[in-house]
Amino acid sequence: MATYLDFENSIKHIDEDIANARIKADTHAVEILERDLEKEVQKTYKNLSDYQKLQLARHPDRPYALDYIRLLMSDAYELHGDRAFGDDLSIISYIGYINQRKVIVIGEQKGRGTKNKLKRNFGMPHPEGYRKALRIAKMAEKFHLPILFLVDTPGAYPGIAAEERGQSEAIARNLYELSQLKTKTIAVVIGEGGSGGALAIGVADRVAMMRYSVFSVISPEGCAAILWNDPAKQESATKAMKITAEDLKKLNLIDDVIDEPLIGAHRDKLAAAKALGEYFINSLEALDAMNEDERLDARYNKILSVGAYKE
Amino acid sequence: MMFGEIFNKIRKKQSTPNEAPSHWVKCSSCQSLMYYKEIEKEFNVCPKCGFHMRISAQMRIELLSDVGTFEQKDTTLTPIDPLKFVDKKSYVKRITEAHEKTGRNSALISGSCTIDGVKAQLIVFDFSYMGGSLGSVEGEMIVRAINRAVQNKEGLVIVSASGGARMQESTFALLQMSKTSAALTKLTQAGLPFISILSDPTMGGVSASFAWLGDVIMAEPGALIGFAGQRVIKQTIGAELPQGFQRAEFLLEHGLIDMIVHRANLKKTVADMLRFLIQDVPTDAFELKIKQ
Ligand SMILES: [Zn+2]
Repeated sequence: MATYLDFENSIKHIDEDIANARIKADTHAVEILERDLEKEVQKTYKNLSDYQKLQLARHPDRPYALDYIRLLMSDAYELHGDRAFGDDLSIISYIGYINQRKVIVIGEQKGRGTKNKLKRNFGMPHPEGYRKALRIAKMAEKFHLPILFLVDTPGAYPGIAAEERGQSEAIARNLYELSQLKTKTIAVVIGEGGSGGALAIGVADRVAMMRYSVFSVISPEGCAAILWNDPAKQESATKAMKITAEDLKKLNLIDDVIDEPLIGAHRDKLAAAKALGEYFINSLEALDAMNEDERLDARYNKILSVGAYKE
Repeated sequence: MMFGEIFNKIRKKQSTPNEAPSHWVKCSSCQSLMYYKEIEKEFNVCPKCGFHMRISAQMRIELLSDVGTFEQKDTTLTPIDPLKFVDKKSYVKRITEAHEKTGRNSALISGSCTIDGVKAQLIVFDFSYMGGSLGSVEGEMIVRAINRAVQNKEGLVIVSASGGARMQESTFALLQMSKTSAALTKLTQAGLPFISILSDPTMGGVSASFAWLGDVIMAEPGALIGFAGQRVIKQTIGAELPQGFQRAEFLLEHGLIDMIVHRANLKKTVADMLRFLIQDVPTDAFELKIKQ
């Protein structure tokens, strides 16, 4: 069953009417209603506020990393474990094919439903998750396999065990290593890009965001709690922080915005996966055209170029 | 305590900090009340209980660098407000206030100096400037210090004291984490050491980037160091945190840092590590010490 956000209510009503018309086999009514739906979709999604986009980024029906993996990969095998402490299920990795190219996908996985949410720790990795990602990234480097990172996390897990095992160290190590990893890397923020926990698998030759994804230094709730002393001010914080794909592209902090369907990936998973898959393959071909030194220099220079200051 | 005497000698040759402290200081651990000069000469280590209180950036530089050798760099870098960020105050106002308070344009002081005779690039965070937060200026200053270290074949020493990435610069600040971490790969490629000193507090985006990438990582006794803030963890797990959680001693026990160094020994320890790890640094001083 689909979940509708407040601002999607008018769409919900038309969807229900269409379902009813289908039951009655009233094709004429379905046709009219589908046209209405199209108009309503344009109206609703063309002028979304930043806060509404944040809600879409966190939409419970939004495709997660595993959904994209299932839709895009063939002959895929899951790889497990950091070879040291454990297997963090909030980070998943698959080796297989996308469009007949051998690839490794590493993603942050939120769970759907209570049981899976717990199993995936709500998509909030522990240090062993980041170390698993790095372990597999090093393997990809060894065998010259390109990597697709799928970023989707509220943040690295804030807990006792996470601190005991070095959450900071694990994230820092990834930032360091991924900046120099020799293989081709493409990172896509598919939903929530929550702070260092997102960046830890978000350093790549190409960094893109789906249209309705966000990428931020702290959650808007956290920012509101600290700077406004009021967690309810999250709408103001969302706006002030400029965390949407569109804004970050304008600020030149990401490379590309992926053309997720206007109605959102949560309402058309297939079209979203197709857009992501095409972006990945096209970017990979662009990277193929560069020699390794060129590509690594470009990646390094891009990472180093970020900053807003004067002198 | 012995180290008081040593510091006294050093401090006599050095200028007094411009900050005028109130005349009585209360130790935040044992609550003893002490005359400020008494505690200053110990570089803010409580003479009664050994607690390491926070220390100003200027004092930290006096503690670590040889007298008269510190040459400040990159002072012209100034923050701008790329997002026109306004919370309860505008970022522009916060920058102005921080400048008025500290006389600086950034949350760190960077420069070259010698440390017990060993040349190094030294960066010290200033917690009193917007909580020592990491923004674009700080990120750029760290990168430039790394570049100078590579150019001059020197080691890099960073003393962190920071609440994390600066929220008012949002994603610009977040990406300073990857920027500083990436730049350190060049120091590694040049075979040069990075000594990272974690002081109270080192949290969030600073701990989860360059600060934890030291070839040698030292922490000050009792310093609060970690990724997530204690309030956030408490809220998330819905329980009280264990005694000593995220303190330097906890990190040592969990294998996350190399050593805890008392402030009195910090300069010598840093210099010795640099001497161990830099190939062509003159070792006369070190050999002499062994003979003694
Ligand atoms: Zn005391």
